[in-house]
Order: sequence, then structure tokens, then C-alpha cells
Amino acid sequence: MDLVQLQRQLVDYRTSLYHEGFLDEQFTQLQSLQDENNPDFVVEVVSLFFEDSERLLNELSKALEQQVIDFKRMDAQVHQLKGSSSSIGAHRVQKLCIVFRNYCEAQNVEGCLKCLQQVKHEYGIIKTKLESMFQLEQQILNAGGSIPV
Amino acid sequence: MGLKLQQSYHHSVTVKVNEQMGTKRGYTFIQANRAWLPKFLLLWVMVMAFLSTWIYKKMDADNKVRRKEVLSSMCDQRARMLQDQFSVSVNHVHALAILVSTFHYYKDPSAIDQETFAEYTARTAFERPLLSGVAYAERVVHSERENFERQHGWTIKTMKREPSPIRDEYAPVIFSQETVSYIESLDMMSGEEDRENILRARATGKAVLTSPFRLLGSHHLGVVLTFPVYKSKLPPSPTEQERIEATAGYLGGAFDVESLVENLLGQLAGNQAILVNVYDITNSSDHLIMYGHQNQDGDLALLHESKLDFGDPFRKHQMICRYHQKAPTSWTALTTAFLFFVICLLVGYILYGAAIHIVKVEDDFHEMEELKVRAEAADVAKSQFLATVSHEIRTPMNGILGMLALLLDTDLSSTQRDYAQTAQVCGKALITLINEVLDRAKIEAGKLELETVPFDLRSILDDVLSLFSEKSRNKGVELAVFVSDKVPEMVMGDPGRFRQIITNLVGNSVKFTERGHIFVKVHLAENPKPMEDPKAETCLNGGSDEDALVSGARQFKTLSGYEAADERNSWDSFKHLVADEELRYDASVKMKAADEASQSVTLMVSVEDTGIGIPLIAQDRVFMPFMQADSSTSRNYGGTGIGLSITKCLVELMGGHISFISRPQVGSTFSFTTVFGRCKRASFSDTKKPNAEDLPSGFRGLKAVVVDGKPVRAAVTRYHLKRLGMLVEFANSVKIAASACGKNGSSCGNKTQPDIVLVEKDSWLSGEDGGLSLRTLDRQQNGHVFKSPKMILLATNITNAELEKARAAGFADTTIMKPLRASMVAACLQQVLGTGKKRQPGRGMLNGSSVLGSLLCGKKILVVDDNMVNRRVAAGALKKFGAAVECAESGKAALKLLQLPHSFDACFMDIQMPEMDGFEATRRIRMMESQANKQMNGGTEEGSIRTGEWHIPILAMTADVIHATYDECLKCGMDGYVSKPFEEENLYLAVAKFFKTKPISDS
Repeated sequence: MDLVQLQRQLVDYRTSLYHEGFLDEQFTQLQSLQDENNPDFVVEVVSLFFEDSERLLNELSKALEQQVIDFKRMDAQVHQLKGSSSSIGAHRVQKLCIVFRNYCEAQNVEGCLKCLQQVKHEYGIIKTKLESMFQLEQQILNAGGSIPV
Repeated sequence: MGLKLQQSYHHSVTVKVNEQMGTKRGYTFIQANRAWLPKFLLLWVMVMAFLSTWIYKKMDADNKVRRKEVLSSMCDQRARMLQDQFSVSVNHVHALAILVSTFHYYKDPSAIDQETFAEYTARTAFERPLLSGVAYAERVVHSERENFERQHGWTIKTMKREPSPIRDEYAPVIFSQETVSYIESLDMMSGEEDRENILRARATGKAVLTSPFRLLGSHHLGVVLTFPVYKSKLPPSPTEQERIEATAGYLGGAFDVESLVENLLGQLAGNQAILVNVYDITNSSDHLIMYGHQNQDGDLALLHESKLDFGDPFRKHQMICRYHQKAPTSWTALTTAFLFFVICLLVGYILYGAAIHIVKVEDDFHEMEELKVRAEAADVAKSQFLATVSHEIRTPMNGILGMLALLLDTDLSSTQRDYAQTAQVCGKALITLINEVLDRAKIEAGKLELETVPFDLRSILDDVLSLFSEKSRNKGVELAVFVSDKVPEMVMGDPGRFRQIITNLVGNSVKFTERGHIFVKVHLAENPKPMEDPKAETCLNGGSDEDALVSGARQFKTLSGYEAADERNSWDSFKHLVADEELRYDASVKMKAADEASQSVTLMVSVEDTGIGIPLIAQDRVFMPFMQADSSTSRNYGGTGIGLSITKCLVELMGGHISFISRPQVGSTFSFTTVFGRCKRASFSDTKKPNAEDLPSGFRGLKAVVVDGKPVRAAVTRYHLKRLGMLVEFANSVKIAASACGKNGSSCGNKTQPDIVLVEKDSWLSGEDGGLSLRTLDRQQNGHVFKSPKMILLATNITNAELEKARAAGFADTTIMKPLRASMVAACLQQVLGTGKKRQPGRGMLNGSSVLGSLLCGKKILVVDDNMVNRRVAAGALKKFGAAVECAESGKAALKLLQLPHSFDACFMDIQMPEMDGFEATRRIRMMESQANKQMNGGTEEGSIRTGEWHIPILAMTADVIHATYDECLKCGMDGYVSKPFEEENLYLAVAKFFKTKPISDS
């Protein structure tokens, strides 16, 4: 594929992510932190985020299956998830976490279950989106181009 | 989160409203009993009705009593008169009786016959007005009847004019008054009443009366009075029998009671009103009427009885008086009572009305109060809302700007690029506006907190000036700043807000000024005292000053020569300011010490312009938000009108006041005071270097001559040169400068030879021989000294032609463009003198990464966050700026790492962490530090003040930047906060506070 086209595709793709609210400016900030000294910063952080989130989501699912649900613990975990998602700018996940925390505070099991599903769903989407974005970037890099800012 | 926040806020507002309502509801008595008011009114009316009835009754009763009294007195009076008259008549009859006995019986022959009697009685009738007539009847026993009849020549007749039947005794009338002559020869014993009377009279020897009957003649009611006449004198106390024996005859008189009483009453007043009845009440069960009608229709309710004594003990009489008419209704009483009632009714109604009104007014008052509270709450809510909304708008705006930036990075056609750039510019303008609104809202909501950090006032002023230098130069407006030497180099305060104030004011001035100057002047607010003097002085030698002013053809002694609104900035006062400073330099170390002893310093800042001024009518609403002088202002000059109101708020927050003097078409002078803290000496030396813009020291000791006809401007120039450490002298014109140089050159050699001559463009052009004298100056210098002074031109704007001319006249290539700034002047001088080390003049971009880099470079920073991703991002961000970052994943780990002594320069601490949160961790760290400090202070005095204390700056990292959180942060010993996720600008602002104050060790 043509390099310029790829680059354009990446920009369009990234813009659509912003546009649809998957990402917010924090991701831009994150990208600005990436430089020659630290070329894989974004990928590194994002994979940390994936790792962390998956762990948290698993724990949350388990917690909700328990007979006695430890809402306090869940709240802390959702807080964690919210923190990390806002750090990488995963906007939708972060918004959902806010709702989720409210349900945790209200000790609303159904709400929590519903939210967990939604968060998982959103997380799945953002993960796919980000991964495909990284793939695109990788393609550009492999083709010898630079990633447009 | 935001929703929750708003809810809780709303809750607090309602609670506040309720509280206020609670405290304000001081119910009055009236208010408390409002439901009872109509009942009160009714009760009042009833009570008053009762009262007026009572009054009526009382008055009526009084009337009746009086009426009764009148009646009884009238009745008594009548009775007495009647009785008197009666007794007079009786007495007279008595006298007649004696007369008869004397002259008829004791004389023999009788001296009285019918004729004599008739005449006598007729002539004495006036004595007996009550008697219709008197007659004398002789006692004739039956045995003597014939003899008697023969003697008189008539037979005894009965009352019915018949010859009397045979009886034991007769009492024929022998003498009679003419009025009653018809009874002569009638036997009085034949009438029932007369007979009884006769019997009684002779038995008692007193006058007796009959019961009333119709008299023979008049048919009026009357009584007959009978007196016995005795033949012989009676023994002193005769028995009844003796009296009967001795009886010779009877004298009788008829009382015509009816006409009698009528006559009597006719003589008295009040005759008509009163109805009089006279009764014979001898028989108590059957009252016989003597006078008056038995069944009259007088006032039956009220009567008065008066006893009558007519001298007959056997008969009893009484007089009964009545009013003719029933007691008239007492109008006085009635009207009085009625009026009383009406008045009371009115009073009651007035009171009721008043009470109702009070209730209504109070209700209204409460309502108003409630509305007021609500309005205030709404105002606060509005501010909060504004703050929130502006904040919320900023986020998407940042998105928009970011996108635009991204868009601009892509391949765009020139049109597209133009559009995008325009959009970006607009967006930035919008962000600025939103920030202003946010500021305003924050101030109103009382959420704006000022920071207290040391900063260099002068460099901030220079910065602001440089911001506007382009604009002012384009307009040809002279922009200058002057800071009094008394003002400390470093002060503690909020540099950002100070800059905002100055920017606002200068921005306004630049906007509204087309000619003349804008002059920012800072001096200590204690100065107004010495400023009293110049005024006095001007008064003293005012004449000459005035002349100078007039002859100067509208040349005012201000910066640019244009008239300014506030003449305090003109040279007259300004020179005192300057002189005062020199004095201080000369004399008082003492004063300096005194100055620095006080903790705060009050500065007076004035921004003077010669713009269009503020119309008089608009002057009082200048500081109101969103108010511009008039609507055309915003059309002509743009702006929202919010700037000045923010400025005012900020000034007040800084503990100062802002005021202005403005004259339309002349200009405005805004002056404000602000209170800053003094920097401690220890930190003074530390902070000076990194913060100040590193003015080159290469000019120290150089000597400069400033040639400027305008003393104020010259003083400004000197101020900047002085900051570079140069010695400055003034010269009014090039000529004077030249001659001064010449003298100096000849007399003292190059010791006092100026190194630089700075010539103001105006002064150069105004002097016709300018070029010439300059050359002379040049030549002279060349002649005497090997090192010639550099000639530099100072100008606000300069045309190419002028520049050429200047070069030809011997000026250096570099012209110092106004507004003057110390750094800029330094750069120019370096260029001219060739001493420049080609240094970048100090300050780069404020928010640039380079600054942040320089701040953070080489610092060792600890990041504490339990969130792996956050930690990584924070570390990445900090590393990017050259900091060495270490991470800790919990408060405990952080505590371990921060065991003293450690080598960290700062710590970023997440607040919400499991086990030990950021607050707790900070508390423990501070505890640790204070213990260590104590030990150290106890142990060694050696440590300098700066390094003597362990205090690692701890900055909270938090996602919510609510005010309360910030307070909490400060409470537990943190030094500030960075909002999470990291943004470069935020990070810079937070970090700058701490690293500014420390010397950069490795730069």
C-alpha cells in the first residue's frame, strides 16, 4: 500500500477514535511524551493498561459471582480501572467506570453486572481499535515512513 | 461525579436557604395570631356595642332620675302652695265663724243680719279666693222649728227644695254670701255629706271637710268646709258632749277645688308639662278624685305623690303629679352612645386594618427575604454553574484545538490551512474568554485562591510591556514602565494574578489610546506623604511653573508631553519620587532596615494613558462586569467588558483598592494598591538568580548620559539603565550634553567621561543643530579621549529615512526601540558595545518544554501511585523533562523510600490508594521530617537556613480538582496538586513553584 495513503488512513482512523469518543486528549498527551529516547512509550503504556485492565475485569467478574459481594473492594478496583483508563485517555471506559462506581457505592448488584458487561464490551472495542491502530503505525514504520502527529 | 457534586451543592444551598429562613422567621404577636384577627375584630365590636348600650342606659337612667326629681319638686311645690292657700282660706273661714259667734250670739240683739253678712263676706271675698262662697246655718232643734220658721218667715227646706220633713235637728242656712244665696233656708243636715260634716265639726270643734262631690251651683268637684260656732265660750278642754251642747250653728264654705287648683297651677311654670291629680284618700281603698281626670293618658310610668294637709285630721288628701307626655327619648344619650359606638367601630376597624396591613407587609417582607436568599443562592449557583460550565467547555475546546492542531499537521491546501488556522485562532480566543469567565465565576464563588511565591515584579512588568510593544509601536504610542527603587526586588505574592491585572489595565489602555503614552508606574504606597510637599512647592513658586506650562504650548510635563488625566504622574510630583529615592540611596541604611522589618509591602501601581478616556456617565459602572462605557465601545474596540471587573476582584483579593481618574478625550489613570509579602533575606539571595532574567552584569559601572527634554521619560530610561548597574546623568538637550562632556573631558579626564550617550529621538530632531553638535561632541571626544562614547538613539518608532539620517549623524547602527525593557536594552547595548556574548536574553517561552526541562532536569522525583498505568504515564511525562523518576506503588513503599536522608527532590503522590492513602502517607512523611529537623537543630547549628530543614515538596495527583480536595491536601502537609492525567502546562505550573525557589545546581 502507498505510504501516504497509509499515513492518511492512520490519521483518519485516529481522528475517528477521538471523534467517536473512544479516546480523549489524554491520549494526545501520551503521544507527546513519546520521543526518540522513548520510542515505544505509547505501546508500552497501553499494553500495561491492557494487562492491568484484564486483571481487574477478571477480578470484578469473580467478585460479582460471589455469594457475598465485597463492594468496597470492587469500588477500589473500578477506581483503579478508571484511573488507568483516564491515564491513557480511554474515554468511554473511564465514563463507564464513573457510573460503575456509583452502582458500587449504591451496592446495586444488577447495576454492577450491567456495568461490568458494558465496561467489558467497551474495553474489547478500545483494545481492538488501539491494536489495529498500532498495527497501522507498525506498517508505516515498516514501510519506512514516519508516524504523522 | 459532576452530577453528584451538583446535587450535594444544591443540597447545601437549600439547607442554607432553610437555615436563613429559620433564623429570619421572628414571628411578631400579630403575625402569630393572624387567624384570630377577624375574631378579635368581632369581639371588639361586641364589647363596644355592649359598652355603648351601657353608656346609653346610664345616661338614660340619669335623665330619668333628674326627671323624677323635677317632678317631685314641682309636685311638692304645688302641694305646698295648695295647702298654704287652703289653710289661709280655712283660717279666714275660722275668723268668720268667730265673727258670727261674736256678733250674732254674744250680742243681743244680734248685730248681724243677712244683709250685713252678705256684704261683709262679699267685701272680704278676696281673702278667700278658694271659696266659692260661705254661709252660716243655725242649729235648730225640732222643738224650736216652729218658732224659728215663724221668726224668719220661711220654712226649712231640704236640699231638694222641699219643706223639710221632721227631724231631731235642722241646720237651715240663715246667712249666706251672695254667690251662694240659693242655699238660704236649706237644711244643711239634709245633705248626706253636709250632715256628716256638721256632726263631725261640732264634735271636734275644728274645721272639717267633706269628701269631694259635685257642688250645687257650678257642678264642679268641690269640698265643703264646715266650722262649728259655739254659743258660749267653751271650757279649755271640752268634751265632745259639751261641744255638741254648746254648738250654735255652722259656718260652711264650699271649696271649688277644680277651679281652685286650676287657678293655682296657672300661676306656676311648667304647667303644661305636668298633670296634677288631687285625691281624697280617707278611704284608702277607694280614692276619691278631687281634681283632674281619673283616666288621663299621661305618663303612667312615673308619678309623684305629695301629701296634702288641709287641716282636717280625719281626711287625708294627696296630690299625684305625672308628666303629660311620656319621657322623651333621650337623643343626647342615644347620639352619644351611637357616636361612641361608631368611633369605637372605626378605631377597631383601623386597628384591624393596621394589623392586616402589618401581616401583609410582614408576609411580603418574608417573601422578599426568601426571594432575596433565593436570588443570592441563585447567584452563587450561577457562579458555580459558570465555573463548572466553563471548566466543562474547556475540555471539549481543548479537544477542538487539539484536533485543529492535528488537522494543521496534515497535508492541506492553502485555503484549507487558512480555514483551519482561523478556526484555531478563534478557538484560542474562545479559550481565553472562557478562562476570563471562569476567573470571574471563581472569584464570585470565592474559590479563587492566590498563591504566595516570590517573584520579580520588574521582570513581570517587562514581560507585559513586551506583550504590547508590537501594538503600541504600530500605533505610535509610547509605552513605558517605571518602578521605584524603593520597591523590593523580590516580593511574595501571586505573579500570575499580578500579571493578569497589569495585562488587563495595559491592554485596555493600549486598546483605547491612539496617541501619547501609556505609563506604568510602581512605587511604595507610603510615598503619598512626601508627595504632599511638591504640591505646596508648586503653589509657592507656582507662577513660574504655570508660565512654563503655558509657554510650552500645551506641553505637559508628562511622559509624552500629552496631557494626562491625573497630574500626579507629571514631573512635578514625579521628580520628588525620584529625588526621594536618591536621598534614600545616599542616606539611609537605617530606613532600609526599617523597611525590611515589616512583613508586607504595599505597592501603588498606576497605569496612565492618554486615550479617549471614560465618559463621565459611564465612570461609575466601569468595574461592573459586562459593562462597557457604551455599546459602541464594544463595536469599535471589541472586548467583553469583563476584564476590569476581574481586575477589581483580583486587586481586592490582593488586599488593595483600585480607582481611576479619567477625563474624556484626555486619558485615564488607573491606580491600584496591592499588598505583597517581603521576601526573607535568606531566600532573597537564593531566589534572585533563577527567577530574574539574568541581566548581564557587564554594564556595571558604565556611565551613560541620557539626552531627553522630558524629565519623566528620562527618569524611565534611567530606571532601566540603573537596573543594568549603570550610572546615569541627564541632559536636557544634545547641546548641553556636548558641553558637559567637553567640560568633563577637559577637566577631569576620562574618569567621568560617559561611555554611552542615549539620545531620545524627539530631542535629537527638535534641536536644529542636533547633528552639528553631535559631531562636535564626537570630535571633541575624539580629540581628547581614545575611547569615544557610543551614541544610541531611543525611539518609539522610526522610519527608514530617519534611521539613515541618524546613522549619518553618528549614531550607532542599533536603535533602542521602545518600550524599554532592561533585557532588551542590555541586548542592544551588547550589540553596540560589542561586549555581547550572544546570549539568549533570558526568558524563553514560558510554557515551553525547555522551561519545564530546565526546571525538572536532573531532579530526582518519586512517583507514588498504586495504578500501574498511571505510574508509568507520570513517570514517562516526568522523564521526558529530564527528571530521574522512581516509582512506588503504595504509601508504605513511599515511606520506605523517603526514610531520611534521601535524595529526592520532589514527590508526586496519588491520593486514593488502598491501605494507606496519599493524605496519610504525607502526614507520616511530614512527621518523619519534623522529627529529623528537631534532632538536627538540636544537634548542630551549623546547617544553613536553607538546607537546614527537611521538607520535600509533595504534590498530590488527583483526578478531581475540587476545592475541598485541595484544602485537604494543604491540611495534611502537601504543597500543591497536579490534576491527573498529567498535562504539560499544569505540571509546569505546579512544579515551577518549588523549583523556582531552589537554585539549579547543575546549570
